[in-house]
Amino acid sequence: MKSFTYERPGTPAEAAAAVAAKPNAKFIAGGTNLLDLMKLQIETPTHLVDVNGLGLDRVEPTPEGGLRIGALVRNTDLAADPRVRTDYGVLSRALLAGASGQLRNKATTAGNLLQRTRCPYFYDTAQACNKRQPGSGCSALDGVSRQLAVIGASDACIATYPGDMAVAMRVLDAKVETVDAKGGARTIPIEEFHRLPGDRPDVDTILKPGELVTAVTLPKPVVGTHIYRKVRDRASYAYALVSVAAILGKDGSGHVAFGGVAPQPWRVEAAEADLPRGAKAVTDKVFAGAKPTEQNAYKLKLAERALTAAINQARA
Amino acid sequence: MIGASAAAALASVPAAAGDAPAGTDKPVMAKVVLNVNGQRRELELDTRTSLLDAAREHLHLTGSKKGCDHGQCGACTMIVDGRRINACLTLAVMHQGSEITTIEGLGGPDDLHPMQAAFVKHDGYQCGYCTPGQICSGVAVLAEIKAGIPSHVTADLNAPMQVTDAEIRERMSGNICRCGAYSNIVEAMTEVAGRQA
Repeated sequence: MKSFTYERPGTPAEAAAAVAAKPNAKFIAGGTNLLDLMKLQIETPTHLVDVNGLGLDRVEPTPEGGLRIGALVRNTDLAADPRVRTDYGVLSRALLAGASGQLRNKATTAGNLLQRTRCPYFYDTAQACNKRQPGSGCSALDGVSRQLAVIGASDACIATYPGDMAVAMRVLDAKVETVDAKGGARTIPIEEFHRLPGDRPDVDTILKPGELVTAVTLPKPVVGTHIYRKVRDRASYAYALVSVAAILGKDGSGHVAFGGVAPQPWRVEAAEADLPRGAKAVTDKVFAGAKPTEQNAYKLKLAERALTAAINQARA
Repeated sequence: MIGASAAAALASVPAAAGDAPAGTDKPVMAKVVLNVNGQRRELELDTRTSLLDAAREHLHLTGSKKGCDHGQCGACTMIVDGRRINACLTLAVMHQGSEITTIEGLGGPDDLHPMQAAFVKHDGYQCGYCTPGQICSGVAVLAEIKAGIPSHVTADLNAPMQVTDAEIRERMSGNICRCGAYSNIVEAMTEVAGRQA
């Protein structure tokens, strides 16, 4: 790990200013992803701004009847929040399907959104990776790709966004609130938050340097059966090969997003009208234009079957 | 650019300005006060020092183990401010004033914690390397169930939590045991849960 200076600012705006002031500064919250990457020298910040003391750790009702989740609310606390359990079950389920108990106790809402890919070529510094080292190439294209993206990727990068929480937030139409170095606030719809790689896979999100996530807001609860179905290589503590976040009625109608398949949580709203017709009609549209490799083409069938299981669960 | 409170926080990290050696292999030092197993401990540490290394290398509390050093194995599990965490994936400097319990703080040979005694009774280990992490995690898992925190295998998110084999196995998935003592660990935890009930 490279050495770094460290500070604890007093307010979100000060934190944003502190990171914006230094070219190689980063925020640290739970640290469970960042420190892992720093040990491998994949991330090499020279200054860390610890945001844990900023008080962004509350879940509050919004005037619109939704919830405002502070950026520093831990995954454990968000999953266990009675309002989330009752009204946003898909979010509780997604959080509980992720990581381990120890990690969920540390991991934060904003940090979870900002976690970096788990592509093995991103982690292996002996391999070419345009996300880790722009311009170096992508060893995954001709490599072991069974875990990687089937849609939304580019010739420069086929890494997936690895998280579960954001897939649930995508189906819930969440919004991300931020503050920048000048104290300016903005609200970003979750569907715009994670970028597609194009020719700049090193840039994961649309956040500007120093822009700090302060909260995620959820609109009013959506009625229906809330389901998060995650398919992985082992029963616990593994990343999704495919996941389905769904809110469905008895007739199968509703909303659905997919995880583990793309560089961002993947949802195609136009396909949702077909939900009562069954999974295949939906996944044919959701994955239209997919470019799977030989090794990960199974994800298309797996997504259809995972959605079938979710629809069956809602109908039961 | 930085407010007064931040400047105060910075005062404990003298190398934060000027010719800071950040980005090199030269250490940036910081003063850290930790409350470990009920004792206040003052340390001057390289900012890179993980909580695990602070305990093992600086406080000579070598019960907590370094397995993977990447949060995958759970051998480093400590209970910090009442919650189990991977001590390898957090910086000591981020735990100014935290209440930290390591395996040494749970109990010793002459005053075993009930979970330690149950691991002995049920053979919840073979080589013992993962055991301090398993025990710290096990103690915290029972507390989490008692506090009503749901898990991935909890069928009804709004019903009272039960201590079942499935719940224990799911909640302990962040602690790896390559000797494969899992079934005995479940038995040990089940016994302690029964005793607590």
